[in-house]
Amino acid sequence: MKRVITTLALAAAAVFAASVASAQTLNTVKSRGMLNCGANGSLGGFGLPDAQGNWTGLDVDFCRALASAIFGDPTKVKFVALTAKDRFTALQSGDVDVLARNTTWTSSRDTSLGLNFTGVNYYDGQGFLVRKALKVNSALELSDAAVCVQQGTTTELNLSDYFRANKMKLKTVTFATADEAIKAYDSGRCDAFTTDASGLYAERLRLAKSDDHIVLPEIISKEPLGPSVRHGDDQWFDIVKWVHFAMIISEELGVTQANVDEALKSTTNPDVKRLLGTEGNYGEQLGLTKDWGYRIIKHVGNYGEIFEKNVGQGSPLKIQRGLNALWTKGGLQYAPPIR
Amino acid sequence: MWRWGSGMSISQHSGPPKVSLIYDPKVRSIAYQVILCAIIIFLAYSAVRNAIDNLARAHIASGFGFWNQTAGFDISQTLISYTAQGGTYGRAFWIGLLNTLLVAAIGIVLATIVGFLVGIARLSKNFLLARLSAGYVEMIRNVPLLLQLLFWYNAVLKALPDLRDSWSLPGSIYLNNRGFFAPYPIFSSGTELVVAAFVVGVIGALAFGIWARKRQEQTGQQSPVALVSLGLIVGLPIIAFFAAGMPATLEFPEKGRFNIRGGLEILPELVALVIGLTLYTGAFIAEVVRAGIMAVSKGQTEAAGALGLRTGPTLKLVVIPQAMRVIIPPLTNQYLNLTKNSSLAVFVGYPDLVQIFTGTVLNQTGQAVEVVTITMAVYLTISLLTSMTMNWYNSRIALVER
Repeated sequence: MKRVITTLALAAAAVFAASVASAQTLNTVKSRGMLNCGANGSLGGFGLPDAQGNWTGLDVDFCRALASAIFGDPTKVKFVALTAKDRFTALQSGDVDVLARNTTWTSSRDTSLGLNFTGVNYYDGQGFLVRKALKVNSALELSDAAVCVQQGTTTELNLSDYFRANKMKLKTVTFATADEAIKAYDSGRCDAFTTDASGLYAERLRLAKSDDHIVLPEIISKEPLGPSVRHGDDQWFDIVKWVHFAMIISEELGVTQANVDEALKSTTNPDVKRLLGTEGNYGEQLGLTKDWGYRIIKHVGNYGEIFEKNVGQGSPLKIQRGLNALWTKGGLQYAPPIR
Repeated sequence: MWRWGSGMSISQHSGPPKVSLIYDPKVRSIAYQVILCAIIIFLAYSAVRNAIDNLARAHIASGFGFWNQTAGFDISQTLISYTAQGGTYGRAFWIGLLNTLLVAAIGIVLATIVGFLVGIARLSKNFLLARLSAGYVEMIRNVPLLLQLLFWYNAVLKALPDLRDSWSLPGSIYLNNRGFFAPYPIFSSGTELVVAAFVVGVIGALAFGIWARKRQEQTGQQSPVALVSLGLIVGLPIIAFFAAGMPATLEFPEKGRFNIRGGLEILPELVALVIGLTLYTGAFIAEVVRAGIMAVSKGQTEAAGALGLRTGPTLKLVVIPQAMRVIIPPLTNQYLNLTKNSSLAVFVGYPDLVQIFTGTVLNQTGQAVEVVTITMAVYLTISLLTSMTMNWYNSRIALVER
């Protein structure tokens, strides 16, 4: 019921709020003194509050970086936990300023949903988690299997497409949230659980006996996950886009949270100077301050740092960089230059 | 000369004294209503206008064009045929609606049975029975329904064995944590005769019931209505079935590597939802029934006793008919609640209207305003139809005052 009420409330907000999509998001955020960030709330590594209410995760750190760029203070973020189902309505109706909730960039979301994706902060793909006891080595052996899936994601469609394309029979059991889906899988209702591979690693850790389960090698879809904003505010779109780029550029340039003060004082590299705002006025062009790049790295860190801390070797998930390595290291993360 | 008196002289005045229109109560009340209507219409209009403007400004698609687009996702329980590649969002809507109606219909029937039994048991002179019923009512109705649903779903799943250790009965009947599987008849041509026999049987039973009632009213003689009705409704189609040369074959469920396919399949999600809704609403109905029975004056029971009626007939012929007048209006509320509560289905993975339509379809099309509006209209329609039926029944059994 709660979910229904939220949906209704959000729809009502879309109906009655007079000018939610106005082109003044930056001013609204500044005058509010707080960034409203739509986050996951239950996915370890991407968005999860701990018992004290401290949020952690890759997407969470992205919002903190955005808040740092605007306010110079990474704590000026209000995280709104959204289900997969409610997230777009929340952004459309103006409940949140930015949606950073492991959301796949697709054409229909970019167009008919009225969203603009600002970049890809995690290249993902959908996979399957199965019991080792089933002795299944490939997703292609899953014909006739019952698969537990979370509602309101691209995974529902990918799953049907994959089984259809490979002429396999499928039984889906669809749940409102990943929590219920993984619980049902754990109690034997389904043979497999499917979601984005990053999520599989995170959810596997929550199973009763996580060693009894394996992630199958097949990745059945492209899931470029990234933050998104509403249509109709180009300035805000630019800011969110460039906060992500700034974090990648700083990794490229080797500027880290630890050495950024040092770099600010002593660097001679013009790229670093432009990133940190000691040369040019690139921050002001975005509507921010000159030192926006410095603020991001000082308070949150570069892309590589937040990756390792949240999902990489510094986290229980231990996910390899893979596609998410920098373009110079065989991955796909690439940013246009600041100049 | 005798006159009518003062009354006559008053009637010579034509109506009350003329007052300004502002103080005329009739004009005033009409004016208030017109103004109120105008405000409501204006608010509704500006809300719709506003929504359309905002959607257009945010470049969000609107309209009902999505209805005929391919849905592309799978649904675990479909009462009408549906495939991911061929099914449209519109088709998915109907499937969700049918699944909701299925749960609501089963739930209403079972909850009514549970409610009446427990309600009567709570008034029983048997101490144990009365206490147990009271305990059930108090425990169930004071725990949130969502928790109960999650409890039943997990209880059902945990209690049932895995596919490989299914409990099975001869004749390909299986029970495991994937559901209940049994052979299912597939009818071929010639079935029309059976259906026709069933319809004839129902009409015949109704006619016999009316005749038997008239006969009893006139002569006091009773007829075996139940037995004859059973014979007509069940016996006639069975005879027709054999007469038509048994036009049906059984489809047997088959064990595959992962799952059981074919035949009748009842999902554990449906079972959990029905159990949860039935027990929850049953507790409320039990209280409604108890209130209804207690509203019948004790003198009625005593009078029936004085006439020599035993407890059973007293309850059936004297107490319950009078109690029904008190029971029906709140019972309608419970039916409506049950139907609306079935929207919690998504938490136990049952594909009802809310799960399919305001869940997956909304998310894939992103058209929240349209989808939520349709869903609200559907629940409103179901609820209005339910209360219409119950009001009609209520007016039939209401006390006819002379």
